[in-house]
Amino acid sequence: MTEIPEHLRKRAEEARKKAEADAGASDAGGGDAAEQTPEQAAAASKIPAHLLERSKAAKAAASGGGDSGGDAPAGGGGTAVATAPAATAAVADNGGPVPTGPGGHTQRLLTVVKSGSIQDVRATPLDKVHVWPHLLVVEFVAALIITAFTLIFSIFVNAPLLELANFNATPNPSKAPWYFLGLQELLTLFHPMVAGVTIPGMGMFALILAPYIDRNPSNKPNDRKFVISLFTVFLMFWAVLVIIGSFFRGPGFLFEFPWNSGLFFEL
Amino acid sequence: MASTTEDKPSMGERLQKTMQDLPDNVQSSQAWNSIFRPGSIFRKGYTDSPRNRSYVVMNSVLYHLHPVKVKRHAVKVSYTLCLGGLSFFLFILLTVTGIFLMFFYRPTAAQAWDDIYNLQTGVTFGLLVRNMHRWAAHLMVLSVFLHMARVFYHGAYKPPREFNWVIGVILLTLTLLLSFTGYLLPWDQLALWAVTVGTNMMGYTPVFGDQVRFVLLGGVEIGSDTLLRWYVLHVLMLPFVIVIFMAIHFWRVRKDGGISGPL
Repeated sequence: MTEIPEHLRKRAEEARKKAEADAGASDAGGGDAAEQTPEQAAAASKIPAHLLERSKAAKAAASGGGDSGGDAPAGGGGTAVATAPAATAAVADNGGPVPTGPGGHTQRLLTVVKSGSIQDVRATPLDKVHVWPHLLVVEFVAALIITAFTLIFSIFVNAPLLELANFNATPNPSKAPWYFLGLQELLTLFHPMVAGVTIPGMGMFALILAPYIDRNPSNKPNDRKFVISLFTVFLMFWAVLVIIGSFFRGPGFLFEFPWNSGLFFEL
Repeated sequence: MASTTEDKPSMGERLQKTMQDLPDNVQSSQAWNSIFRPGSIFRKGYTDSPRNRSYVVMNSVLYHLHPVKVKRHAVKVSYTLCLGGLSFFLFILLTVTGIFLMFFYRPTAAQAWDDIYNLQTGVTFGLLVRNMHRWAAHLMVLSVFLHMARVFYHGAYKPPREFNWVIGVILLTLTLLLSFTGYLLPWDQLALWAVTVGTNMMGYTPVFGDQVRFVLLGGVEIGSDTLLRWYVLHVLMLPFVIVIFMAIHFWRVRKDGGISGPL
């Protein structure tokens, strides 16, 4: 339970005392008890005085005209609900705003606001799982596997360490690291400016711009056949160049089959 | 207190009691509670419950990398193939092995090759760690490349993830540069001539090709200055830059609504 602030509690207490005192005074006066009865009722039950008043008036009107309820409009003016003017004779006689609808209703439905129009309601709850353990376990196992693979591979295969660098002994062939061998392969086909700068530059540029060029919002493979084919061609282009540069180039960077003249490739 | 010697617990009993209370005492100590944040599973121990599953991530440094929950398809290995995570893990592996190698390496033309040779022959686990560094580096280039292909085939670069794709391309470039700068460091014939071929290509950059080559080599020819320059790039500058871009990359993955899909 929430705590009621001190000043509000005091105010409520004072109001209750005042109401009791008023009730006592009116009892002592013994005058128009009809006016005070609803207030006493309000103090006992939590129904506001003006609503009690109104229901009383309505009952009186329904029974064929009352005489006591009409002279006490109380706080009826404070209602927010616009009520239709009552057609009963009793109300017309008293002139007070005693509100009753055609069917005896005391409220009217003005409008219905659907929740979707003012609230952001998530239509379908997402199917989610906890990161721990579902994702972290997978990541941990993947990390273990790659570590184990690297470790075991490193036990059996040594990294190359050729003889000390010598500026006077150019190895034949001289090859770039494998991921640049596609470019070196292009060098045999084009002018160095084209092979070394223009083509890789345009490739990088196209990669960076890819999400801005491809305006197709779908991620379904069936909707993106052209883009997927294009990218596959792009990948295959480089893969084939790298493979040729790595395994099919011998002395003088001439084309050789590895099963004829051996491998000229170091990682 | 009129206790006799018989009432006193024996040394062994007191030790047993101390050992029994130890976990509770440690977990309620100020030092322990200052290390682990409120809600951390290390404060009071872990029992499997939805709340504790959330706390594992929420109250640890992991929260910088992962949300508490992810979409179900995101944990399927067949969707991501773990390639992004593996690239990151290989980077960590390379950092660890690389720090080990740095203890035994001096980036000068006179000493570099001898240092690598001594590392392989005279240092415990030296050869193994160098092998791991080398193979992990090649694996990382491969996994970053495959990660890019996976992302493309899933259309994961589409809005709102366009910019994270751009950062990814930058990370790919940085990975290649890291690998390439490391290639020179052993200062053997393979390193020298591979780098010669590579940097000659960069010399063909239009307009200021010679300047680009000069800055990269620290001179007109590959030499000791090149070695120092590439060493600093390899162990300090490029890792620094790539870590910043990785941080942005991972942050964007979460901000853009987790990984893409399902298809």
